[in-house]
Amino acid sequence: MTTEFIVVIAVLLVVIASTIYLVSKRGRSTLSIPAKTAGGSTVVSSSAAVAPTPDVVATELLIPPGDLKKGVRRAGLSFGRLFGNILGSDGSNQKVWDELEETLLLSDLGLELSTRVIEGAKKALEASGQRDGSAMANAVRMELRGLFVEGERDLEYAGESPTVWLVVGVNGVGKTTSIGKLSAMAAADGKKVVLAAGDTFRAAAADQLQMWAERTGADIVRSVPGADPSSVVYDSIQKAAARGFDMVIADTAGRLHTKSNLMDELRKLRRTAEKEPAHLMEVLLVLDATTGQNGLVQAREFAKAAQITGVILTKLDGSAKGGIALAAEAELGVPIKLVGIGEKVNDLIVFSPDEFLDALLEVEPQYGLSDEDLGAN
Amino acid sequence: MFDNLTDRFEEIFSRIRGKGRLSEAEVDAVLREIRAALIEADVNVGVVRLFVERVRANTVGEELQRSLSPAQHVIKMVNAELTNALGGENLKIMYASKPPTVVLMAGLQGVGKTTAAAKLALWFRHQGRNPLLVGADLQRPAAVEQLKVLGGQANVTVFSLEGDPVRTAVAGVEEARRIGRDVVIVDTAGRLSIDKELMDEVRKISGSISPNYTFLVIDAMVGQDAVNSAKVFNEALSLDGIILTKLDGDARGGAALSVRQVVGKPISFVSTGEKLADFDLFYPDRMANRILGMGDVLTLIEQAERTLDKEITEKGAKKLKGGKFDLEDFLEQMQQVKRMGPLKGVLSMLPGVPKEIRNADINEGELVKVEAIISSMTRAERSNPDMIDGSRRLRIARGAGTTTAAVGTLLKQFKDMQKMMRSMGMGGPSATKKSPNRAISKKKKRR
Repeated sequence: MTTEFIVVIAVLLVVIASTIYLVSKRGRSTLSIPAKTAGGSTVVSSSAAVAPTPDVVATELLIPPGDLKKGVRRAGLSFGRLFGNILGSDGSNQKVWDELEETLLLSDLGLELSTRVIEGAKKALEASGQRDGSAMANAVRMELRGLFVEGERDLEYAGESPTVWLVVGVNGVGKTTSIGKLSAMAAADGKKVVLAAGDTFRAAAADQLQMWAERTGADIVRSVPGADPSSVVYDSIQKAAARGFDMVIADTAGRLHTKSNLMDELRKLRRTAEKEPAHLMEVLLVLDATTGQNGLVQAREFAKAAQITGVILTKLDGSAKGGIALAAEAELGVPIKLVGIGEKVNDLIVFSPDEFLDALLEVEPQYGLSDEDLGAN
Repeated sequence: MFDNLTDRFEEIFSRIRGKGRLSEAEVDAVLREIRAALIEADVNVGVVRLFVERVRANTVGEELQRSLSPAQHVIKMVNAELTNALGGENLKIMYASKPPTVVLMAGLQGVGKTTAAAKLALWFRHQGRNPLLVGADLQRPAAVEQLKVLGGQANVTVFSLEGDPVRTAVAGVEEARRIGRDVVIVDTAGRLSIDKELMDEVRKISGSISPNYTFLVIDAMVGQDAVNSAKVFNEALSLDGIILTKLDGDARGGAALSVRQVVGKPISFVSTGEKLADFDLFYPDRMANRILGMGDVLTLIEQAERTLDKEITEKGAKKLKGGKFDLEDFLEQMQQVKRMGPLKGVLSMLPGVPKEIRNADINEGELVKVEAIISSMTRAERSNPDMIDGSRRLRIARGAGTTTAAVGTLLKQFKDMQKMMRSMGMGGPSATKKSPNRAISKKKKRR
C-alpha cells in the first residue's frame, strides 16, 4: 500500500463526503430513484424498461393430485411439449436443441448437467447415424436415464428393532409433513412407530408433529422448546426399545447448511441415532422441488454432516419440476427415494426413474410447439 | 446475498476491461458467461435470454465500434439492463388515512410466511406503529400456535378464530379497529399456485378485507419456478411487493431478478436471519450496483448522514461547488470521513473500486501520514499549494517525518483531484466520462 494509493482513496472519500450535503439536503425521501431512471443517461435501452413478459410460464393445468404419473405429468408439461416437437423434428435442427436446453434449465437441472445431457445426446445421435425425431428423443431419454443411480429406492427397516429414520433439511421444505406421511407409510407396513419431536427450535413444531402422531396412530416423544434435540432422539429410542416399538422417525429443526453450529448439532444427532440399541437405517434429506441451484449445495453439505442415504423430494405437485434433486443424485449418488405429490397422508410415494421419465417425457400432442413458441430468434 | 454473482461479473469484466477493441466473438463470449452466471444464480432462463438479447442488441455493431472503450460500453449496457431488471424504488409505506392499514401475507408452503409476518409486525413496531397479527392459516397444523409464540416474542398481540379463514381475517381487521391498532397483518395458509381451491380462498380473503398491501413471500433458494408462482399470485391478488426470506444462506437469490422482471413487482423486504429483528426494507437500485461491483452509494450516504458533522460537511460542499476546495478543507473533510469507520468498509460501498483495492490490506496508518503532511504546512500553503517550492517541501517533509517525494506525490494527487472535481460537474454536466465518481455525480444531477 503506497502513499499514493491512500491519497487517491482519501480524495475519493472526501469528494463523497462533500457531496453528501448536496444530496442529503434534498431530503431522505428522494434518495431512491425509480428503476426507469436509475441508470440516468446510461439506460440506452430505456424503451425496454417496461419489459415484455418472457414466455417462461408453462400453461397452468389444474389436475387434482394423484399418482406419480399425474403429478409429474403436470410438472413435466413443457417436457411433453418439447418431445412432441422433437419427434417432428430432426437432430440437425439447432433450434430444437436450444429449446431442449432451455427446458432442462427451467426444470432446475442446472447448466452443467443440462449441457452434459445435450452434448451426450448429440454425440450418441451422431454415433448412431440417425437423426430423425424419435432417435433424438430416445437419445435424450437415455442421457437423462444415465443421470440416475441404480438400485432399490424402498426405505429400509432393520432386522432388529428399533429402526431409526432421521429426517433432515433446511427450513420450510416440509420435513414435519413428510414425517407424518412416513409415519403413515410405516404404519401401513405394520410397524409401531414413535415420532421424535427433534425440532425444538421452531415455534409449535412439536404441536404440528403431535397432530401427525394422532392422525397416524403413532406415539410421540417431545420436550420443551429449546431442549437439546439429541436428548429427545435418545429418549425416543429408549422408549421404543423399552416398550417394544418397531421404529423411531426423528424430526429435526430446519437448518441452513451454512450455519456451522447447527450442522455440528446435526452430527451429534446422527451419533445419538446410531448408538445401541438403535439401528439407524435411513438419513433422509428433504428437498423442496421448487429449490434452485442452492439445492445441490444443500445436498452436498448435509451429505457431509449426516451421510444422507436418500432424498425426499417434496412439493412436486406444484409447477416446479425438481430437477435439482436429479442434479444432486447425479453428483452425489444419493438416490431420490420418495416424492411428495400431494397434501394427503398417502401422497408420499416411492420414486421410480423410469416411471418418472415416462411421465416427464410423455408427449402431449395438443401442446406441440408453434412457430411462435420457437420464435424467430 | 449476491456476492457470488458479484465475483463472477467482476471476473468476466476483468478479462475485457482495458481492451481497445472488442470483436463480435469476444462480445459473444462475454455474453455467454454472463448467461451462465445468471442461470447459476437461479435467474429464470427466459429472463436471462431477454437480458442477454437486449445487451447484445445494444452492444454489437456501429455503436460498439464508435465507442472509445468498448469494454466500458459493454459493462454499461449490462449495468443498465441489470438495474432495469432488478430496479425499482424501495417501498415507502403509505399508511391508510383511516386506520388500520391492512397487510396481507401470501405465498407457497414453507417459504417462511408466518415468521415473516411476525418480523414485519416487529418492523412496524420499530416504525412507531401498533400492529395486530391475525392468524388466518388454519390449514397447517399448529400454524396459529407458531404465530402466537412469535407474536409473543415480538410483543405483538395475535388474533385468531377457529374454522373459516375468511371470517377470521375479517374479524381480525374488526378487532384491530376495536382495540385501536393502526396496522393489521394477516397471515394466510401456504398454498400451491396450482391449487385452485386455496387460491380462491386467499382471493376471497383479499376481497373481504381489501388490504392496503399484499406481499408475496418468496424463499431466496427458489429456482426457476419462482416466476410461475409469482405470476399466479399476482393475477389472483394484485401484489404490491415481494418479501424475500432466508437470505442468510448462500443462495444467490436470482429469483429476485426474475420475479421483478416477469411480474413487475419489486422486492420490498428481505429477511436475513433467524432472529425477528433480522428484517429490513430492500433497496433494489442499490443491489444492482452491488452485483456489478459498482458500490452502494446510497447506503454510504445514509451512514455518512449519521456520523458526519453537518456544518463542516456543508462548508466543504460549498467550497467544492465553488471550485475553492483547498488542502485546508481536504484535511477537515478527511478527519470527518475517518469517523465513518474503517476505510475498507467504506470502500466496499464505493463505485468503481477495483477488486484489488477492495480486497487489499489497507493500512489506516497511511492516512495519518497524509494528515501529518498537511498539518505541517502553513495556512497559506494549504490554500495555495502552488507556492510550495523545494525548500518549503523539505521543511514540510521534515515536519511530517517523511520524504519530499511523499509530499510531492500528495500535492500532485491533490491537484489532479481539483481538476477532477471541476470536471465532475460540480457546476456543469460536462466531462463526467472517466471519473470513477460518475455514479455519484449522476445521482446528484438527477435531483
